[in-house]
Amino acid sequence: MNDKLVIGGHEFESRFILGSGKFSLDMTKAVIENGNVEMATLALRRANVGGEENILDYMPEGITLLPNTSGARNANEAVRIARLAREIGCGDFVKVEVVNDSRYLMPDNYETIKATEILAKEGFIVMPYMYPDLNAARAMAQAGAAAIMPLAAPIGSNKGLSTKDFIQILVDEINLPIIVDAGIGRPSQACEAMEMGVAAIMCNTAVATAGDVALMAKAFRLAIEAGRAAYLSGLGRVLSYKAEASSPLTGFLED
Amino acid sequence: MEKTNHMEYQKGMEAIDSNIMNQVLSLTSEYDYSKYTDRDVEIALMKSRLSLDDYGAVLSPAAAPFLEYMAHKAAMETKKHFGNSVSMFTPLYIANYCENHCVYCGFNCHNKIRRGKLNPGELEEELKEIASTGLREILILTGEARNASGVQYIGDAVKLASHYFSTVGLEIYPLNSDEYAFLHECGADFVCVYQETYNTDKYQLVHPRGPKRIFPYRFNAQERALLGGMRGVAFGSLLGLDDFRKDAFAAGLHAYFIQQKYPYAEISFSVPRLRPFINNEQNNPNGVHEKQLLQVMLAYRLFMPFAGITISTRERAGFRDNVAGLAANKISAGVSVGVGGHKNDEKGDEQFEISDSRSVEQVHEMILSRGLQPVYSDYIRV
Repeated sequence: MNDKLVIGGHEFESRFILGSGKFSLDMTKAVIENGNVEMATLALRRANVGGEENILDYMPEGITLLPNTSGARNANEAVRIARLAREIGCGDFVKVEVVNDSRYLMPDNYETIKATEILAKEGFIVMPYMYPDLNAARAMAQAGAAAIMPLAAPIGSNKGLSTKDFIQILVDEINLPIIVDAGIGRPSQACEAMEMGVAAIMCNTAVATAGDVALMAKAFRLAIEAGRAAYLSGLGRVLSYKAEASSPLTGFLED
Repeated sequence: MEKTNHMEYQKGMEAIDSNIMNQVLSLTSEYDYSKYTDRDVEIALMKSRLSLDDYGAVLSPAAAPFLEYMAHKAAMETKKHFGNSVSMFTPLYIANYCENHCVYCGFNCHNKIRRGKLNPGELEEELKEIASTGLREILILTGEARNASGVQYIGDAVKLASHYFSTVGLEIYPLNSDEYAFLHECGADFVCVYQETYNTDKYQLVHPRGPKRIFPYRFNAQERALLGGMRGVAFGSLLGLDDFRKDAFAAGLHAYFIQQKYPYAEISFSVPRLRPFINNEQNNPNGVHEKQLLQVMLAYRLFMPFAGITISTRERAGFRDNVAGLAANKISAGVSVGVGGHKNDEKGDEQFEISDSRSVEQVHEMILSRGLQPVYSDYIRV
């Protein structure tokens, strides 16, 4: 079956996008291989070009880089970071992150919309990280986003699909890949999100803080694949006890 | 001679509209750490977000038996927010002239030490030398002397430093917001100001003369720095100068209220405690042993899990290695606390004695050996 993830005209077999900020860099390769990862984020502020422990040096060839604008507090800063990423050869993909809150690191949807519009016009393939709000997602789509990346729970919290109902609304209403980013703590949660019709999962902390990160990367890959297969196959019906009652409300019908 | 009122601003000191000092001082004066019980600590440790009172509990003596549990919980929080990352930096003292009389400090203007400041050529040599170790973050320090090492001099140093480093922080005397704005424009983004003690009576006793004597001007420095456009501010008490539990409590509250008012501000803590120095006999270390120091660090981590915690070379290598990734997420390396001293001989004497003289490479290796990731660059200036 031809089931590819398409973002901005680029096709990917893998639906597991790896966040890289919390890893030990020497584990990057093993995680990417075990997770069958094709796209990995990269915080530009961590890029230490020509210097020690430069994250770019650890990215295997063939990986699509998704530079993010972490550290940006407003649209202008995000735009400038994205341009820098392009200048140092990270390509046209950019994950827009605008965070104005140091405690929860909650994305600022309003500034994110503004940055999305500017960057999309400059030819970037823009993937905005956002709080799952339908109106904001529509505005981002309108502004030229190539995918929408709603958070499942506060970043790093590993709390799972706290915003499940709102992510479902985005899946149902937005005609772009919806990629769950932040908060996924377990493979089972990734699987559940994929069953809902989410297009891909981005995950970092849950893998980076596992006892065996390479094995956990594999677990996520399998969970994501299982969730995708379940979504494609059409989940079987799930009825409550009452709906199975022996005296149905429609039993009076004669013809 | 009548002493200056330490709670009154002096001419030229900018007064901003802020109530944070009154809040912190009032809550700290009410903080009675002897009232907490085991149960209070247990309740605090069950929560995912600590209230101010919970924070008081984990800093109290009642929390001592829970230190191991606190360490596990703090390690999880550190992991959650920073992953495996441990950032590296080094401080560079560019001058040690000082107009203050802080009785606990090696730079006290009465102390007979060698004074000096780096000229631009010397500064550049030092910066190059430090940059050659791979470091990308530097903290520039001076003593407090507006004449000998003025804002313009510091600004020139910052400009030079920003050619070599992606992150430039300042640990200098408190300034007005327009002066912070100037230094921000020059290339500095982070400011550390340590209140030393939040007990105003003790504060005036240990700061008998000099501009540092003015408590509120120092207290509001972080806020003025943020108003001047700085990205992040650091807090700390000199633990052991007075009652360390109250001082740590106050530093935490200070940071908490600043973050509430300026949610975007990057917050961090340092945890200096008194180490041997030239006029040591005048001080009372007040019982801050490693156990208590760790308790303070863990309490900061649990109270503000997202905040940075830096561990300095005042502490021994074994302590530093073990707190990296447990509570601390930033560590200094290749440190000299005299003026200059990285490339050429020190031009002025040290402020205090360091306990960990390991090079950048050695600290790098240590971080890797603990399964952690040394991080050189974690900030991008745009």
